[in-house]
Amino acid sequence: MNVDSPAYTLAFATVVCVVCALFVSGTSVLLADRQEINQLLYLRKNVLVAAGVIEPGARLSNEQAMALFEQRIEPRLIDLGSGDYVSDMDVIGYRQREARGDPDRSRPIADNPAGVRRTPHLAKVYLVEDQDSFSQVVIPIEGLGLYGTMYGFLALERDTRTITGIAFYENRETPGLGAELTNPLWMARWPGRLAYDEQWQPAIALVKGQVGPPAENPYEVDALSGATITSNSVTELLHFWLSDQGFAPYLEKARTRGAF
Amino acid sequence: MAWFSKREWRAMADPVFDNNPIMLQMLGICSALAVTTKMDKALVLGISVIAVAGLASLTVSLIRKYTPHSIRIIVQLAIISSLVIVVDQVLKAYLYEISLELSVFVGLIITNCLILGRTEGFAMQNPPWISFIDGIGNGLGYAVLLLMVGFVRELLGSGRVFGYPVFAAVNDGGWYVPAGMFLLAPAAFFIIAAIIWALRVWKPEQQEKD
Repeated sequence: MNVDSPAYTLAFATVVCVVCALFVSGTSVLLADRQEINQLLYLRKNVLVAAGVIEPGARLSNEQAMALFEQRIEPRLIDLGSGDYVSDMDVIGYRQREARGDPDRSRPIADNPAGVRRTPHLAKVYLVEDQDSFSQVVIPIEGLGLYGTMYGFLALERDTRTITGIAFYENRETPGLGAELTNPLWMARWPGRLAYDEQWQPAIALVKGQVGPPAENPYEVDALSGATITSNSVTELLHFWLSDQGFAPYLEKARTRGAF
Repeated sequence: MAWFSKREWRAMADPVFDNNPIMLQMLGICSALAVTTKMDKALVLGISVIAVAGLASLTVSLIRKYTPHSIRIIVQLAIISSLVIVVDQVLKAYLYEISLELSVFVGLIITNCLILGRTEGFAMQNPPWISFIDGIGNGLGYAVLLLMVGFVRELLGSGRVFGYPVFAAVNDGGWYVPAGMFLLAPAAFFIIAAIIWALRVWKPEQQEKD
């Protein structure tokens, strides 16, 4: 057999391609379910962390995390523009990040310092149940950091102003510097700060230097040392999502209603 | 017949110190800079490279007599990339949080010169078993260096080893002011250079003649 003849070469290439393709797609199909569960679980754990239900970095079994989520958290869909709840759609199956990338289900946003290009028509918020009523809301936030988009959750109390927690679940920032935004000690500085000022303008900001307790410096949080760009980006993205382009209409309606 | 005689042992152990792919052949440095800021990342990527290098060498060697000469490199690349995609899928299924941090670097194993270097340079001429061992050995050489660099960078850069605090960092309410420089890519260059220096003092035969 002449292994260097053109016909053989072509046949060999075809066989290699088919075998490789089968191998790759086979594994992908086999592992798809597990990957999806991982993704969901990771997201849910971060919602729980933002809401202060579990400590950051807490080691929880998958079942425990799922059970806690089912027990305490109720996901809801809202129309980002009007701020009203949307009840005739499947909340669990809704993927906000997919919707945001879909031109039919999102709108473009003018240049902004948070680096947000599009916002979805519908956003998924998570209501936190406490003794038969909803005590907090967890809103998804995202924005451009130094090396890529940072994704996270911000939890607010019923007054829609007091922050109860923050959790970034995906970032590409520098480890040890910008990526310290997942440091539990830094995250612990957020509860009790105020997101809005008296005129209901977004006011929370990361500032350099020592920041006192919430009672002294309600609108300020310690910036991440050595990560000016990441810190500024966090401020910008919070301002974006707390503005009228983000969740302000929804939060305002919840405020006037006096309930989520 | 001995499955693991002296010859196999040498094929496995040589690339770790005597003929290390990074330290002597200077292959695969790019990813060594990127993933060594934390030891858990370095370990996972090291294991991934060991698996891909071993299996790629094995497969390439198995079909070496049937592979047309003119398309051998692209055949090797197809095999390597399939294995890398599978490794990436497995990480996403079983080590989800680490796979998020490793992001593109698992995919970049495909372009790691170390693996193609071994399949083309060794597996194409040698039988499957010894090729497999050779791949594993080279992956091991890569992983060992990654872990050494990762140890220095994580310890000095964030005061931790495998994420567990060793020096209590100021950020965590301790006394150690982390040397942020070690987390930046240039620091990895200096550390690799220092390790190469130390290795060549220990094994003078690796020094290049002027």
